[in-house]
Formats: sequence, C-alpha cells, structure tokens
Amino acid sequence: MSVLVYAESDSGSFKKIAFEVVSYAKGIADAMGTSVTAVTVNANDPSELGTYGASKVLAVSNDAMSDFNANGYANAIATAAKNEGASVVVLPSSANGKYLAPLVAVKLEAAMAANVVALPESTSPFVVKSTVYTNKAFANTQLNTANKVLGLSKNAYGLHESSTTAQVEALEAQASDGITVASVDKATDKVTIADAEIVVSGGRGLKGPENWGMIEELAEVLGAATACSKPVSDMGWRPHSEHVGQTGKPVASTLYIAIGISGAIQHLAGINSSKVKVVINTDPEAPFFKAADYGIVGDAFDVVPKLIEKLKEFKVNNA
Amino acid sequence: MKILVCISHVPDTTSKINFTDNDTKFDTNGVQFVINPNDEFGLTRAMWFKEKQGATVHVVNVGDATSEPTLRKALAIGADEAIRVDATATDGYFVAQQLASVVKDGGYDLIIAGRESIDFNGGMVPGMLAAMLDANFVNTCIGLEVDGTSATAIREIDGGKETLTTSLPLIVGGQKGLVEESDLRIPNMRGIMMARKKPLHVKPANENAAAAQTVGFEKPAPKGAVTMVDPENVGQLIDLLHNEAKVI
Ligand SMILES: Cc1cc2nc3c(=O)[nH]c(=O)nc-3n(C[C@H](O)[C@H](O)[C@H](O)COP(=O)(O)OP(=O)(O)OC[C@H]3O[C@@H](n4cnc5c(N)ncnc54)[C@H](O)[C@@H]3O)c2cc1C
Ligand SMILES: Nc1ncnc2c1ncn2[C@@H]1O[C@H](COP(=O)(O)O)[C@@H](O)[C@H]1O
Repeated sequence: MSVLVYAESDSGSFKKIAFEVVSYAKGIADAMGTSVTAVTVNANDPSELGTYGASKVLAVSNDAMSDFNANGYANAIATAAKNEGASVVVLPSSANGKYLAPLVAVKLEAAMAANVVALPESTSPFVVKSTVYTNKAFANTQLNTANKVLGLSKNAYGLHESSTTAQVEALEAQASDGITVASVDKATDKVTIADAEIVVSGGRGLKGPENWGMIEELAEVLGAATACSKPVSDMGWRPHSEHVGQTGKPVASTLYIAIGISGAIQHLAGINSSKVKVVINTDPEAPFFKAADYGIVGDAFDVVPKLIEKLKEFKVNNA
Repeated sequence: MKILVCISHVPDTTSKINFTDNDTKFDTNGVQFVINPNDEFGLTRAMWFKEKQGATVHVVNVGDATSEPTLRKALAIGADEAIRVDATATDGYFVAQQLASVVKDGGYDLIIAGRESIDFNGGMVPGMLAAMLDANFVNTCIGLEVDGTSATAIREIDGGKETLTTSLPLIVGGQKGLVEESDLRIPNMRGIMMARKKPLHVKPANENAAAAQTVGFEKPAPKGAVTMVDPENVGQLIDLLHNEAKVI
C-alpha cells in the first residue's frame, strides 16, 4: 500500500513544494489508513521529509541524474510505486513535476488529475478537486483506474507538520538516454516566479523599460521575483520568461503586487490563485481593483519609491 | 519530414466561464472557440518547417464535429491535411490513446502539441503520448531546430532555459517562443478558399474507455471588497500586509 510522492529538490535542498506534497500525501494516507513513502533524487538530507509525515524515503543518489532527466526520473518513481504497491502517486505542479507526472501516469496505467487543490472528497470512488479554465473554475474529477496520479498545485494545501521518523533506503535508478542536456542557462542569483512567495509585476503603465529600476528595487527589498504583463514582454521591455497570465506563466504566490497593470481577463486568469493581491494604478476604474485585496489609486512613479522607503524602515524595525 | 500538430479546440481567452445541467457541463452559449494558443505557436513553427525544409504538416483533433471549424482554420493557415478522431475528449489519458493510434497509422517523425490547453490545463496529453509511443519528449519547448533525424530543442526551466539534443521521432509540448507572437498568421482569403478543398479525415475512435470523468464544476467564491489605501499613507499598506494579511 502506501501513498507515494516525488519530493523535488534543487542542488540537494528540498523545495517548499516538496514539503507541501508530503503534507498532502499524509492527508490522503490518513484517509486511506496507510503511510507515505517519498522518492528523492540527490537530496542532501532525505530524512527531513519525516517532519511532514513521510515514514519511508527511497533515496536515489546518482551523479548521472544531477541534470533533470525526465524519463530516468519517471522510471524511478514508477518502479518505486510498483515495489511499494502504491496506488496513489502525488507530484508537485512545478515545471519538472508537470513534465514527469504524465510519464509516470502511463507507466502505471493511471488516470491523472493536474492542478489539484484539495484532499480527495472521497477515495472510493476517488474524486478530487482541481482548477480548470485557467483558474476561472474548479472541477471535481473522478479517476476510474486502479492507480491514480495527482499533480498538486503550489500553495494550495499548505504545510502540515506531522512528526514521523523517516526510514531512508537507497533506490537504484539510471538516467535514460535519448535526450542530452547540451547547456543550461539559469540565473542563480534571482528568485524565480515559480518558487517566489512574493511577486512584483509591472505593466504598460510604467511607460518604458528604463523605469524598471524601482520595480527591481521593490522586489529586492521584499525578496520577490519580478514579472510583467504580456504587452511588456511582447514589446521587449522585459524578457518573455517574466510574462505571466493565461498564455504566460501561472503565479500562485502568497503576495502579488501589480503596478500599472489594468487587469485584463487573460492577465487575471494567470495570477488569481495568488493569495493576496495588491494593485497600484492611476485609474480608479481599472478592472484590476475588482480582483484586488488592497488597492492604491496613485501614480506608480510617486507611490513605489515611497513604498520602498517605508519597507526599508519596516525591515529595520522588524529585524 | 512528416509533422503532426495536435490541436485542442478551446474557449477564446476572453470567455466568461459558465456551466449548465446542474454544473456538470460547460456552457457553450455565446462562447467562441479557437485553436489553443500554445498549439497555434506550434502550428506556426510547423509551417516554417514546411516552407524551409519541405515538411508535410497534418493537424489532428480528438473531438466531435463542432471542432471542425477550428481544424479548417488550421488548414487555412497552411496545414496540408486534417484528421478528426470522432469522440468526446473526456480525459487526457483517453485523448493520448486516440492520438497514439493516429501517430502509429500515419508514421509521423515530429509531433508538436501544446504545453497545456487553456480549458483543462492538464498538460497531460503530450507527455502521455510520448510515454505510450516510447518516443523522445521535450516539454515547455521554446525553440526547435531539426536537421535530418537530429533535433535541438530549447526547454524553459524555472529561472532559465536549457538546450537539449535529441533525435526523431520526437514529441514536444510547445509554447510561445517556438515562434513569436508577431509570427502568428491570420488566414487570408486564398488560404480559406484552399482549406475548403483540403482533406479532413474523420476517423472512428479506438476502443479505449475514459480513464476519468468530471462529476461537477464549481465557480470560485465571489471576492470580498478591496481595501483602499491612501497614496499619501503607504505605511498603512505595509501595516495591513504585515498584521492583517500576514504575508510580509
Ligand atoms: C489571446 C490573448 C492572450 C493574452 N494573454 C495574456 C497574458 O497571458 N498575460 C497578460 O498580461 N495579458 C495577456 N493578454 C493581453 C491582455 O488582454 C491585455 O492587453 C494586457 O494584459 C494589458 O497589459 P497592461 O495591463 O500592462 O497594459 P494596459 O491595459 O495598457 O494597462 C496599463 C495600466 O497602467 C495604468 N497606468 C498608467 N500610468 C500609470 C502610472 N503612472 N502609475 C500607475 N498606473 C498607471 C493605466 O491606468 C492602465 O490601467 C492576452 C490577450 C489575448 C488576446
Ligand atoms: N482533444 C484533443 N485533440 C487533439 N489534441 C489535443 C486534445 N487535447 C489536448 N491536445 C493536445 O495536448 C496539449 C495539452 O493539452 P492538455 O493535456 O489538455 O493540457 C494541447 O495543447 C494539444 O496540443
């Protein structure tokens, strides 16, 4: 039995979503009267997952798998699921998790639900809730196969500590050929939109790329990632990788600050699973205010520098 | 090179999403359907391979007859032939099984799908198809070159990108970057006229059963009112974010 999870790490350290996935799996395992087994790849301290309820960790350590290798990782997860007799496998909705989940599903002949946001409403039949229509709605989906694969949305279930001692065992796994990583181009000094708890986003209201200095400074003070609306990336003011929304990256941060963005339906679709939204816009009629939690009607060129200054004071006082 | 572009037929991005039949069915009333944006980038890249490298381009959809105008649009953009697998696209596993049969029958070298569709956003179909066919697979693909049977693909990763070398047969889950927004084509009159004469094959579905089904939809709870802060008093915003929302 057991519920199996893939706990993702980056350079050996677990990502926050790894703990969310384990917490979530513990919730399912409790409902099904079983325990949680995690698979890790080159993690420094696999036993850390015990804190969130994993009672067993199958740890792969293989230098040949330090570059992400979808097929090799998927084989390891599917093999572990078979060996453990796990009928439910939970993966994160990170870029790599989304890559792996459908591969694992086919290897286990399992139906899959992606973007899952809550514990199953029932486990027999197995019915689970996920976001659909780019966050404009939820669907309750019944999975009919014996095995099930779930992709858990970020920041949806949260972290639940449940102290267990995780027993760590080695798992053999091989990188799979067919695809070779020729080069990686990754900014290591910046918080990514995918991992960020806070995202500061700028729109066309900022007038031009030369005005992004204050956006970057605000992001730095908050430890946030920077993002932008689609026209801003289409005009080349910011890189495509910062484009968020229905046709760009999804954002599921705890705080999203939108500056000079009108709040078009396609923009909102991509960001509305963020918990708290702050909007700064000169136009009190901007549609974004209807989707916001906090709003300031004001000129970004006046408000943002003041906000940076106050935040710096706040940090000093709360240090 | 034979290319198959998988097209999902989705509500336009401006659509208001509503449900009928006791919240079990999507309400198509007043909704305009389009080629899934990620698939349109893929189709446009396929046209480039057709024009520059003499590739043949087929498009496929698993769906009922209502998706035919979307396939005709893809033909008007320049695809050579279209295939519709006549079935209700219930879930990703089922769709991938249907597409696997199409690929086996057609002997395609390159299959371009989208990273995800904007209706179910499963991001399941391309990976499942690759695993079923045991073919190479690159997801979140933002650049693709093919030379003979070798391919170079660029994959978007969290915080950057990675360049991969691989070989055909290959499946990609594509998105913006495969081509730019400005490369997208609006079908012209000639394209639309020609599309009427191009083949659109309707194939029966294979015998696989649905692996999953939606039992009901829900809409998000209405949002509470926004709290407005005076631009002369931004300190109050910090206070609210710290003490009320507890996010900083
Ligand atoms: C198929 C399709 C897909 C799309 N996908 C996306 C997507 O994924 N993401 C996305 O973002 N968009 C998307 N769009 C585009 C979307 O419809 C909007 O056009 C876009 O989001 C608008 O960007 P914006 O808010 O930056 O610009 P605008 O709509 O031009 O808004 C600028 C805002 O800045 C405010 N402003 C001006 N000056 C100041 C100032 N000094 N201080 C403060 N505020 C100021 C204005 O009041 C205005 O509200 C898509 C469109 C289509 C058709
Ligand atoms: N019914 C379908 N017919 C053809 N291709 C599809 C269908 N559904 C999904 N796809 C392809 O798979 C991609 C990902 O879709 P999804 O798994 O639904 O997010 C889409 O961008 C399409 O390329």
